[in-house]
Amino acid sequence: MNKFVIKNMNLYYGNFHALKGINMNINENEITALIGPSGCGKSTLLKSLNRMNDLVEKCKIQGDILLDGEDIYAENFDVNLLRKRVGMVFQKPNPFPMSIYDNIAYGPRTHGIKNRSKLDEIVERSLKAAAIWDEVKDDLKKNALRISGGQQQRLCIARALAVEPEVLLMDEPTSALDPISTAKIEDLIQELKKNYTIVIVTHNMQQATRVSDKTAFLLNGELIEFDQTVDLFSIPKDKRTEDYITGRFG
Amino acid sequence: MKSKSIENFMKIVFFISATMSIIAIVLICIFIFAGGIPFIQEYGLKNFLLGTEWKPNNTPSSFGILPMILGSIYVTIGAIIIGVPIGILTATYLAKFCNKKIYKFLKPSINLMAGIPSIVYGFFALVVVVPIIRNIFGGTGMNIITASILLGIMILPTIINISEASIRAVPRSYYEGSIALGASHEKSILSVVLPTAKSGILSSIILGIGRAIGETMAVILVAGNQARMPAGLAKGIRTLTTNIVIEMAYAADEHRQALIATATILFAFILIINGIFLTIKRRTNNG
Repeated sequence: MNKFVIKNMNLYYGNFHALKGINMNINENEITALIGPSGCGKSTLLKSLNRMNDLVEKCKIQGDILLDGEDIYAENFDVNLLRKRVGMVFQKPNPFPMSIYDNIAYGPRTHGIKNRSKLDEIVERSLKAAAIWDEVKDDLKKNALRISGGQQQRLCIARALAVEPEVLLMDEPTSALDPISTAKIEDLIQELKKNYTIVIVTHNMQQATRVSDKTAFLLNGELIEFDQTVDLFSIPKDKRTEDYITGRFG
Repeated sequence: MKSKSIENFMKIVFFISATMSIIAIVLICIFIFAGGIPFIQEYGLKNFLLGTEWKPNNTPSSFGILPMILGSIYVTIGAIIIGVPIGILTATYLAKFCNKKIYKFLKPSINLMAGIPSIVYGFFALVVVVPIIRNIFGGTGMNIITASILLGIMILPTIINISEASIRAVPRSYYEGSIALGASHEKSILSVVLPTAKSGILSSIILGIGRAIGETMAVILVAGNQARMPAGLAKGIRTLTTNIVIEMAYAADEHRQALIATATILFAFILIINGIFLTIKRRTNNG
Protein backbone atom coordinates (compact mmCIF):
# COMPACT_ATOMS: atom_id res chain seq x y z
CA MET A 1 0.00 0.00 0.00
CA ASN A 2 1.36 3.42 -0.92
CA LYS A 3 0.95 5.98 1.83
CA PHE A 4 2.70 8.80 0.03
CA VAL A 5 3.12 9.12 -3.72
CA ILE A 6 5.54 11.83 -4.83
CA LYS A 7 5.24 12.65 -8.50
CA ASN A 8 7.80 14.74 -10.36
CA MET A 9 8.24 17.11 -7.44
CA ASN A 10 10.46 20.18 -7.71
CA LEU A 11 11.12 22.52 -4.82
CA TYR A 12 12.72 25.95 -4.92
CA TYR A 13 13.97 28.22 -2.16
CA GLY A 14 13.89 31.50 -4.05
CA ASN A 15 16.16 30.82 -7.02
CA PHE A 16 17.77 27.79 -5.44
CA HIS A 17 16.53 24.53 -6.93
CA ALA A 18 16.58 22.36 -3.81
CA LEU A 19 14.75 19.24 -4.99
CA LYS A 20 14.81 18.13 -8.61
CA GLY A 21 12.17 15.91 -10.17
CA ILE A 22 11.61 13.61 -7.21
CA ASN A 23 9.51 10.50 -7.85
CA MET A 24 9.02 8.05 -5.04
CA ASN A 25 6.42 6.00 -3.24
CA ILE A 26 6.43 5.55 0.50
CA ASN A 27 4.80 2.36 1.69
CA GLU A 28 2.41 2.03 4.58
CA ASN A 29 3.78 0.47 7.80
CA GLU A 30 7.31 0.57 6.52
CA ILE A 31 10.30 2.56 7.62
CA THR A 32 11.79 4.63 4.85
CA ALA A 33 15.20 6.18 5.47
CA LEU A 34 16.46 9.24 3.62
CA ILE A 35 20.24 9.46 3.47
CA GLY A 36 22.73 11.72 1.76
CA PRO A 37 25.38 14.32 2.50
CA SER A 38 24.54 17.64 4.20
CA GLY A 39 22.59 19.96 1.95
CA CYS A 40 21.40 17.18 -0.36
CA GLY A 41 17.74 18.00 0.33
CA LYS A 42 16.77 15.07 2.53
CA SER A 43 15.36 17.24 5.33
CA THR A 44 13.66 19.45 2.77
CA LEU A 45 12.00 16.39 1.23
CA LEU A 46 10.88 15.25 4.69
CA LYS A 47 9.42 18.64 5.55
CA SER A 48 7.50 18.82 2.30
CA LEU A 49 5.53 15.76 3.44
CA ASN A 50 3.77 17.68 6.25
CA ARG A 51 4.17 21.07 4.62
CA MET A 52 6.51 22.45 7.28
CA ASN A 53 8.21 24.09 4.31
CA ASP A 54 5.25 26.47 4.22
CA LEU A 55 6.97 28.27 7.11
CA VAL A 56 9.99 28.99 4.94
CA GLU A 57 9.77 32.20 3.01
CA LYS A 58 9.99 32.01 -0.77
CA CYS A 59 9.62 28.25 -0.81
CA LYS A 60 7.86 27.07 -3.97
CA ILE A 61 6.76 23.56 -4.83
CA GLN A 62 5.81 22.05 -8.20
CA GLY A 63 4.52 18.58 -8.88
CA ASP A 64 2.31 16.42 -6.68
CA ILE A 65 2.56 14.84 -3.27
CA LEU A 66 -0.35 12.52 -2.63
CA LEU A 67 -1.31 11.21 0.81
CA ASP A 68 -3.72 8.29 0.41
CA GLY A 69 -4.34 9.56 -3.11
CA GLU A 70 -5.11 13.14 -2.08
CA ASP A 71 -2.94 16.06 -3.16
CA ILE A 72 -1.70 17.65 0.08
CA TYR A 73 -0.78 20.86 -1.74
CA ALA A 74 -4.29 21.27 -3.16
CA GLU A 75 -5.93 24.60 -2.43
CA ASN A 76 -8.67 23.18 -0.22
CA PHE A 77 -6.49 20.72 1.71
CA ASP A 78 -6.57 21.49 5.44
CA VAL A 79 -2.92 21.90 6.39
CA ASN A 80 -3.59 21.62 10.14
CA LEU A 81 -5.36 18.33 9.57
CA LEU A 82 -2.45 17.20 7.41
CA ARG A 83 -0.02 17.87 10.24
CA LYS A 84 -2.28 15.99 12.63
CA ARG A 85 -2.16 12.98 10.28
CA VAL A 86 1.55 13.36 9.54
CA GLY A 87 3.40 13.94 12.80
CA MET A 88 6.96 15.11 13.12
CA VAL A 89 9.89 14.62 15.47
CA PHE A 90 12.70 17.13 15.21
CA GLN A 91 16.46 16.84 15.27
CA LYS A 92 16.78 18.63 18.59
CA PRO A 93 14.26 17.57 21.23
CA ASN A 94 11.83 20.46 21.55
CA PRO A 95 9.41 19.78 24.40
CA PHE A 96 7.34 22.80 25.35
CA PRO A 97 8.37 24.51 28.60
CA MET A 98 5.42 23.04 30.47
CA SER A 99 4.73 19.84 32.40
CA ILE A 100 5.19 16.41 30.85
CA TYR A 101 1.44 15.91 31.05
CA ASP A 102 0.65 19.19 29.34
CA ASN A 103 3.17 18.48 26.60
CA ILE A 104 1.36 15.29 25.66
CA ALA A 105 -2.10 16.74 26.17
CA TYR A 106 -1.33 19.80 24.06
CA GLY A 107 -2.07 18.15 20.72
CA PRO A 108 -5.31 16.41 21.73
CA ARG A 109 -6.50 19.62 23.46
CA THR A 110 -5.74 21.58 20.30
CA HIS A 111 -7.92 19.19 18.36
CA GLY A 112 -10.80 19.60 20.76
CA ILE A 113 -10.45 16.91 23.44
CA LYS A 114 -11.21 18.55 26.81
CA ASN A 115 -12.39 15.58 28.86
CA ARG A 116 -9.94 15.02 31.69
CA SER A 117 -10.19 11.24 31.91
CA LYS A 118 -9.92 10.93 28.14
CA LEU A 119 -6.78 13.09 28.26
CA ASP A 120 -5.35 11.00 31.12
CA GLU A 121 -5.86 7.92 29.00
CA ILE A 122 -4.20 9.48 25.93
CA VAL A 123 -1.24 10.68 27.98
CA GLU A 124 -0.68 7.23 29.45
CA ARG A 125 -1.13 5.44 26.12
CA SER A 126 1.22 7.84 24.27
CA LEU A 127 3.94 7.70 26.92
CA LYS A 128 3.71 3.91 26.95
CA ALA A 129 3.91 3.77 23.16
CA ALA A 130 7.03 5.93 23.30
CA ALA A 131 8.58 3.65 25.95
CA ILE A 132 8.97 6.42 28.52
CA TRP A 133 5.94 5.81 30.75
CA ASP A 134 7.83 3.85 33.40
CA GLU A 135 10.43 6.57 33.74
CA VAL A 136 8.06 9.53 34.14
CA LYS A 137 4.74 8.13 35.39
CA ASP A 138 5.39 9.36 38.92
CA ASP A 139 6.11 12.94 38.00
CA LEU A 140 3.90 13.91 35.13
CA LYS A 141 3.72 17.40 36.64
CA LYS A 142 7.46 17.89 36.28
CA ASN A 143 8.63 20.47 33.78
CA ALA A 144 9.56 18.66 30.58
CA LEU A 145 12.78 20.66 30.27
CA ARG A 146 14.11 18.99 33.43
CA ILE A 147 14.33 15.45 32.05
CA SER A 148 17.33 14.18 30.09
CA GLY A 149 17.83 14.77 26.36
CA GLY A 150 17.03 11.17 25.48
CA GLN A 151 13.88 11.26 27.58
CA GLN A 152 12.92 14.59 26.02
CA GLN A 153 13.17 13.09 22.55
CA ARG A 154 10.98 10.13 23.51
CA LEU A 155 8.59 12.62 25.10
CA CYS A 156 8.47 14.45 21.76
CA ILE A 157 7.69 11.16 20.03
CA ALA A 158 4.94 10.54 22.59
CA ARG A 159 3.65 14.05 21.96
CA ALA A 160 3.50 13.36 18.24
CA LEU A 161 1.73 10.03 18.84
CA ALA A 162 -0.88 11.66 21.10
CA VAL A 163 -2.74 13.17 18.13
CA GLU A 164 -2.99 9.69 16.56
CA PRO A 165 -1.07 10.35 13.36
CA GLU A 166 -0.83 7.91 10.48
CA VAL A 167 2.70 8.86 9.49
CA LEU A 168 5.65 9.86 11.64
CA LEU A 169 8.42 11.99 10.13
CA MET A 170 11.72 11.98 11.98
CA ASP A 171 14.42 14.47 11.17
CA GLU A 172 17.68 12.99 12.48
CA PRO A 173 15.95 12.15 15.76
CA THR A 174 19.05 10.75 17.46
CA SER A 175 21.79 13.08 16.26
CA ALA A 176 21.70 15.09 19.49
CA LEU A 177 21.64 12.02 21.74
CA ASP A 178 24.11 9.66 23.40
CA PRO A 179 24.48 6.02 22.20
CA ILE A 180 22.26 4.52 24.88
CA SER A 181 19.41 6.94 24.21
CA THR A 182 19.94 6.36 20.48
CA ALA A 183 19.56 2.61 20.92
CA LYS A 184 16.35 3.13 22.89
CA ILE A 185 14.91 5.34 20.18
CA GLU A 186 15.91 2.90 17.44
CA ASP A 187 14.17 0.05 19.27
CA LEU A 188 11.17 2.28 19.65
CA ILE A 189 11.09 3.09 15.95
CA GLN A 190 11.01 -0.65 15.17
CA GLU A 191 8.15 -1.05 17.59
CA LEU A 192 6.18 1.87 16.13
CA LYS A 193 6.41 0.45 12.61
CA LYS A 194 3.51 -1.91 13.38
CA ASN A 195 1.07 0.97 13.63
CA TYR A 196 2.67 3.82 11.76
CA THR A 197 4.37 4.66 8.52
CA ILE A 198 7.75 6.15 9.35
CA VAL A 199 10.06 8.32 7.30
CA ILE A 200 13.40 9.01 8.92
CA VAL A 201 16.20 11.30 7.85
CA THR A 202 19.55 10.14 9.12
CA HIS A 203 23.18 11.06 8.79
CA ASN A 204 24.18 7.73 10.18
CA MET A 205 24.29 4.94 7.61
CA GLN A 206 24.50 2.22 10.24
CA GLN A 207 21.28 3.59 11.63
CA ALA A 208 19.65 3.42 8.21
CA THR A 209 20.68 -0.23 7.83
CA ARG A 210 19.57 -1.03 11.37
CA VAL A 211 16.13 0.49 11.30
CA SER A 212 14.81 0.95 7.79
CA ASP A 213 13.06 -1.24 5.26
CA LYS A 214 13.76 1.00 2.30
CA THR A 215 16.40 3.63 1.79
CA ALA A 216 16.52 6.61 -0.52
CA PHE A 217 19.85 8.20 -1.37
CA LEU A 218 19.75 11.87 -2.32
CA LEU A 219 22.52 13.99 -3.76
CA ASN A 220 22.33 17.67 -4.72
CA GLY A 221 18.55 17.62 -4.71
CA GLU A 222 18.21 14.53 -6.87
CA LEU A 223 16.94 11.13 -5.85
CA ILE A 224 19.83 8.96 -6.98
CA GLU A 225 18.65 5.60 -5.79
CA PHE A 226 15.68 4.23 -3.89
CA ASP A 227 15.52 0.57 -3.01
CA GLN A 228 15.19 -2.06 -0.31
CA THR A 229 17.71 -1.13 2.36
CA VAL A 230 19.43 -4.51 2.15
CA ASP A 231 19.87 -4.16 -1.60
CA LEU A 232 20.92 -0.52 -1.60
CA PHE A 233 23.70 -1.13 0.89
CA SER A 234 24.90 -4.46 -0.50
CA ILE A 235 24.53 -3.99 -4.24
CA PRO A 236 24.08 -0.29 -5.01
CA LYS A 237 23.15 0.23 -8.65
CA ASP A 238 24.57 3.72 -8.96
CA LYS A 239 28.27 4.54 -8.72
CA ARG A 240 27.51 7.64 -6.62
CA THR A 241 25.53 5.63 -4.09
CA GLU A 242 28.39 3.21 -3.81
CA ASP A 243 30.90 6.01 -3.31
CA TYR A 244 28.75 7.55 -0.60
CA ILE A 245 27.97 4.42 1.39
CA THR A 246 31.57 3.27 1.24
CA GLY A 247 32.58 6.60 2.68
CA ARG A 248 34.36 8.09 -0.30
CA PHE A 249 32.62 11.42 0.21
CA GLY A 250 30.03 13.07 2.43
CA MET B 1 55.94 51.81 28.97
CA LYS B 2 53.96 54.73 27.65
CA SER B 3 51.09 52.62 26.37
CA LYS B 4 50.94 50.94 29.77
CA SER B 5 50.43 54.26 31.55
CA ILE B 6 47.75 55.29 29.03
CA GLU B 7 46.03 52.00 29.69
CA ASN B 8 46.10 52.61 33.42
CA PHE B 9 44.86 56.14 32.96
CA MET B 10 41.94 54.98 30.81
CA LYS B 11 41.13 52.31 33.34
CA ILE B 12 40.71 55.03 35.95
CA VAL B 13 38.56 57.11 33.58
CA PHE B 14 36.25 54.17 32.92
CA PHE B 15 36.11 53.35 36.61
CA ILE B 16 35.14 56.92 37.53
CA SER B 17 32.46 56.96 34.82
CA ALA B 18 31.06 53.72 36.13
CA THR B 19 31.07 54.98 39.71
CA MET B 20 29.28 58.21 38.81
CA SER B 21 25.88 56.61 38.38
CA ILE B 22 26.33 54.59 41.55
CA ILE B 23 27.31 57.72 43.47
CA ALA B 24 24.25 59.48 42.09
CA ILE B 25 21.87 56.74 43.21
CA VAL B 26 23.52 56.54 46.63
CA LEU B 27 23.26 60.32 47.05
CA ILE B 28 19.60 60.23 46.05
CA CYS B 29 18.93 57.50 48.58
CA ILE B 30 20.71 59.40 51.34
CA PHE B 31 18.99 62.68 50.56
CA ILE B 32 15.52 61.21 50.22
CA PHE B 33 15.71 59.07 53.34
CA ALA B 34 17.60 61.61 55.46
CA GLY B 35 15.09 64.27 54.41
CA GLY B 36 11.97 62.19 54.89
CA ILE B 37 12.56 59.83 57.78
CA PRO B 38 12.88 62.47 60.58
CA PHE B 39 9.49 63.91 59.66
CA ILE B 40 7.90 60.45 59.45
CA GLN B 41 9.35 59.60 62.89
CA GLU B 42 8.03 62.80 64.37
CA TYR B 43 4.58 62.63 62.77
CA GLY B 44 4.23 58.85 63.07
CA LEU B 45 4.42 56.43 60.17
CA LYS B 46 0.88 55.25 60.71
CA ASN B 47 -0.56 58.77 60.85
CA PHE B 48 1.40 59.72 57.77
CA LEU B 49 0.60 56.67 55.62
CA LEU B 50 -2.97 56.09 56.76
CA GLY B 51 -4.08 59.63 57.50
CA THR B 52 -6.94 60.62 55.24
CA GLU B 53 -6.57 64.39 55.64
CA TRP B 54 -3.95 66.45 53.82
CA LYS B 55 -4.41 69.95 55.21
CA PRO B 56 -1.01 71.62 55.51
CA ASN B 57 -2.52 75.08 56.09
CA ASN B 58 -4.80 74.13 58.96
CA THR B 59 -3.78 74.69 62.54
CA PRO B 60 -2.87 72.17 63.65
CA SER B 61 -1.98 71.00 60.16
CA SER B 62 -2.55 67.39 59.12
CA PHE B 63 -0.37 65.46 56.73
CA GLY B 64 -2.09 62.19 55.83
CA ILE B 65 -1.04 60.94 52.41
CA LEU B 66 -3.42 58.01 52.08
CA PRO B 67 -5.49 59.93 49.50
CA MET B 68 -2.41 60.40 47.35
CA ILE B 69 -1.24 56.81 47.80
CA LEU B 70 -4.66 55.59 46.74
CA GLY B 71 -4.69 58.13 43.92
CA SER B 72 -1.39 56.80 42.61
CA ILE B 73 -2.52 53.19 42.97
CA TYR B 74 -5.87 53.82 41.27
CA VAL B 75 -4.47 55.58 38.22
CA THR B 76 -1.73 52.96 37.94
CA ILE B 77 -4.25 50.12 38.04
CA GLY B 78 -6.31 52.00 35.47
CA ALA B 79 -3.24 52.42 33.27
CA ILE B 80 -2.49 48.70 33.56
CA ILE B 81 -6.07 47.75 32.65
CA ILE B 82 -5.91 49.94 29.55
CA GLY B 83 -2.27 49.64 28.57
CA VAL B 84 -1.36 46.00 29.25
CA PRO B 85 -3.79 44.21 26.91
CA ILE B 86 -3.15 46.70 24.10
CA GLY B 87 0.60 46.56 24.70
CA ILE B 88 0.90 42.76 24.78
CA LEU B 89 -1.32 42.31 21.74
CA THR B 90 0.65 44.96 19.87
CA ALA B 91 3.92 43.27 20.80
CA THR B 92 2.54 39.91 19.62
CA TYR B 93 1.41 41.49 16.38
CA LEU B 94 4.80 43.11 15.82
CA ALA B 95 6.75 39.95 16.58
CA LYS B 96 4.59 37.32 14.91
CA PHE B 97 1.95 38.70 12.57
CA CYS B 98 2.80 41.91 10.78
CA ASN B 99 4.68 42.02 7.50
CA LYS B 100 7.96 43.85 7.07
CA LYS B 101 6.39 46.89 5.43
CA ILE B 102 4.03 47.59 8.33
CA TYR B 103 6.77 46.80 10.83
CA LYS B 104 9.07 49.38 9.30
CA PHE B 105 6.41 51.98 9.95
CA LEU B 106 5.04 50.74 13.28
CA LYS B 107 8.26 50.11 15.14
CA PRO B 108 9.76 53.61 14.76
CA SER B 109 6.35 55.08 15.63
CA ILE B 110 6.35 53.19 18.92
CA ASN B 111 9.93 54.22 19.61
CA LEU B 112 8.88 57.80 18.93
CA MET B 113 6.11 57.42 21.52
CA ALA B 114 8.80 56.66 24.09
CA GLY B 115 10.58 59.88 23.22
CA ILE B 116 7.67 62.31 23.40
CA PRO B 117 7.98 64.59 26.48
CA SER B 118 5.35 63.77 29.07
CA ILE B 119 4.01 67.32 29.14
CA VAL B 120 3.08 66.86 25.47
CA TYR B 121 1.09 63.74 26.39
CA GLY B 122 -0.54 65.71 29.16
CA PHE B 123 -1.47 68.51 26.81
CA PHE B 124 -2.88 66.03 24.31
CA ALA B 125 -5.01 64.47 27.03
CA LEU B 126 -6.11 67.90 28.21
CA VAL B 127 -7.40 69.04 24.84
CA VAL B 128 -8.60 65.68 23.45
CA VAL B 129 -9.44 63.23 26.23
CA VAL B 130 -10.75 65.62 28.90
CA PRO B 131 -13.59 67.02 26.73
CA ILE B 132 -14.66 63.52 25.72
CA ILE B 133 -14.74 62.32 29.33
CA ARG B 134 -16.53 65.53 30.34
CA ASN B 135 -19.24 64.81 27.76
CA ILE B 136 -19.69 61.24 28.89
CA PHE B 137 -19.40 61.53 32.67
CA GLY B 138 -20.07 65.21 33.30
CA GLY B 139 -18.05 67.24 35.81
CA THR B 140 -14.72 68.72 34.83
CA GLY B 141 -13.50 65.71 32.89
CA MET B 142 -10.36 65.66 35.00
CA ASN B 143 -10.50 62.45 36.96
CA ILE B 144 -9.24 58.91 37.50
CA ILE B 145 -10.54 57.70 34.15
CA THR B 146 -8.81 60.46 32.19
CA ALA B 147 -5.53 59.97 34.01
CA SER B 148 -5.77 56.19 33.53
CA ILE B 149 -6.30 56.54 29.79
CA LEU B 150 -3.39 58.96 29.54
CA LEU B 151 -1.05 56.75 31.56
CA GLY B 152 -2.27 53.66 29.71
CA ILE B 153 -1.05 55.29 26.50
CA MET B 154 2.19 56.48 28.05
CA ILE B 155 3.26 53.03 29.26
CA LEU B 156 2.61 51.42 25.87
CA PRO B 157 6.14 51.81 24.47
CA THR B 158 7.68 50.28 27.60
CA ILE B 159 5.35 47.29 27.51
CA ILE B 160 5.47 46.83 23.74
CA ASN B 161 9.24 47.01 23.35
CA ILE B 162 10.14 44.69 26.22
CA SER B 163 7.34 42.22 25.47
CA GLU B 164 8.23 42.14 21.78
CA ALA B 165 11.87 41.40 22.58
CA SER B 166 10.90 38.57 24.92
CA ILE B 167 8.44 37.10 22.40
CA ARG B 168 11.15 37.18 19.74
CA ALA B 169 13.56 35.46 22.14
CA VAL B 170 11.35 32.37 22.33
CA PRO B 171 13.14 29.62 20.38
CA ARG B 172 11.51 28.94 17.04
CA SER B 173 11.56 25.22 17.80
CA TYR B 174 8.66 25.65 20.26
CA TYR B 175 6.55 27.29 17.61
CA GLU B 176 7.47 24.64 15.04
CA GLY B 177 6.73 21.85 17.51
CA SER B 178 3.23 23.22 17.97
CA ILE B 179 2.65 23.75 14.24
CA ALA B 180 3.82 20.19 13.57
CA LEU B 181 1.06 18.90 15.86
CA GLY B 182 -1.54 20.52 13.65
CA ALA B 183 -2.08 23.66 15.73
CA SER B 184 -2.83 26.87 13.84
CA HIS B 185 -0.50 29.87 13.79
CA GLU B 186 -2.70 31.73 16.30
CA LYS B 187 -3.07 28.76 18.62
CA SER B 188 0.67 28.11 18.57
CA ILE B 189 1.44 31.70 19.49
CA LEU B 190 -1.21 32.04 22.19
CA SER B 191 -0.67 28.64 23.81
CA VAL B 192 3.06 28.06 23.42
CA VAL B 193 4.98 31.20 22.47
CA LEU B 194 3.30 33.73 24.79
CA PRO B 195 3.38 31.47 27.89
CA THR B 196 7.07 30.85 27.23
CA ALA B 197 7.68 34.59 27.07
CA LYS B 198 5.63 35.27 30.20
CA SER B 199 8.46 36.33 32.49
CA GLY B 200 9.63 38.94 29.96
CA ILE B 201 6.07 40.13 29.52
CA LEU B 202 5.64 40.33 33.30
CA SER B 203 8.83 42.38 33.51
CA SER B 204 7.47 44.77 30.92
CA ILE B 205 4.29 45.20 32.96
CA ILE B 206 6.27 45.92 36.12
CA LEU B 207 8.44 48.49 34.37
CA GLY B 208 5.20 49.97 33.00
CA ILE B 209 3.86 50.20 36.56
CA GLY B 210 7.05 51.98 37.57
CA ARG B 211 6.63 54.41 34.73
CA ALA B 212 2.97 55.06 35.56
CA ILE B 213 3.46 55.56 39.28
CA GLY B 214 6.32 57.99 38.73
CA GLU B 215 4.68 60.06 36.02
CA THR B 216 4.03 63.65 37.08
CA MET B 217 3.75 66.43 34.56
CA ALA B 218 1.20 64.73 32.32
CA VAL B 219 -0.95 63.58 35.22
CA ILE B 220 -0.98 67.04 36.80
CA LEU B 221 -2.84 68.41 33.77
CA VAL B 222 -5.71 65.92 33.78
CA ALA B 223 -6.15 64.32 37.21
CA GLY B 224 -7.96 67.17 38.91
CA ASN B 225 -5.44 67.19 41.77
CA GLN B 226 -7.90 67.38 44.66
CA ALA B 227 -6.14 66.24 47.83
CA ARG B 228 -9.00 64.12 49.15
CA MET B 229 -9.93 60.49 49.40
CA PRO B 230 -10.88 59.14 45.95
CA ALA B 231 -14.64 59.43 45.64
CA GLY B 232 -15.26 57.60 42.37
CA LEU B 233 -13.82 56.89 38.96
CA ALA B 234 -15.26 60.07 37.53
CA LYS B 235 -13.90 62.20 40.38
CA GLY B 236 -10.58 64.01 40.49
CA ILE B 237 -7.64 62.68 42.51
CA ARG B 238 -4.12 63.68 43.38
CA THR B 239 -1.13 61.37 43.08
CA LEU B 240 2.04 61.22 45.20
CA THR B 241 4.09 62.84 42.47
CA THR B 242 1.74 65.70 41.72
CA ASN B 243 1.30 66.38 45.43
CA ILE B 244 4.99 67.22 45.61
CA VAL B 245 5.13 69.34 42.47
CA ILE B 246 2.03 71.36 43.24
CA GLU B 247 3.05 72.42 46.75
CA MET B 248 6.83 72.40 46.77
CA ALA B 249 7.11 75.92 45.39
CA TYR B 250 5.56 77.57 48.44
CA ALA B 251 6.05 74.96 51.15
CA ALA B 252 8.15 75.75 54.21
CA ASP B 253 9.24 74.04 57.44
CA GLU B 254 7.07 71.11 58.42
CA HIS B 255 5.04 71.28 55.21
CA ARG B 256 8.23 71.09 53.16
CA GLN B 257 9.44 68.14 55.22
CA ALA B 258 6.10 66.39 54.69
CA LEU B 259 6.55 66.75 50.94
CA ILE B 260 10.05 65.30 51.09
CA ALA B 261 8.61 62.46 53.16
CA THR B 262 6.02 61.96 50.41
CA ALA B 263 8.94 61.56 48.01
CA THR B 264 10.44 59.00 50.41
CA ILE B 265 7.29 56.92 50.25
CA LEU B 266 7.21 57.21 46.44
CA PHE B 267 10.85 56.17 46.33
CA ALA B 268 10.08 53.18 48.52
CA PHE B 269 7.33 52.18 46.08
CA ILE B 270 9.78 52.41 43.17
CA LEU B 271 12.36 50.33 45.06
CA ILE B 272 9.77 47.65 45.74
CA ILE B 273 8.72 47.60 42.10
CA ASN B 274 12.32 47.30 40.93
CA GLY B 275 12.94 44.59 43.49
CA ILE B 276 10.05 42.57 42.07
CA PHE B 277 11.41 43.19 38.58
CA LEU B 278 14.87 41.93 39.53
CA THR B 279 13.45 38.88 41.28
CA ILE B 280 11.48 37.88 38.20
CA LYS B 281 14.51 38.43 36.00
CA ARG B 282 16.77 36.40 38.25
CA ARG B 283 14.28 33.56 38.44
CA THR B 284 14.11 33.51 34.63
CA ASN B 285 17.87 33.40 34.25
CA ASN B 286 18.10 30.49 36.63
CA GLY B 287 15.87 28.47 34.38
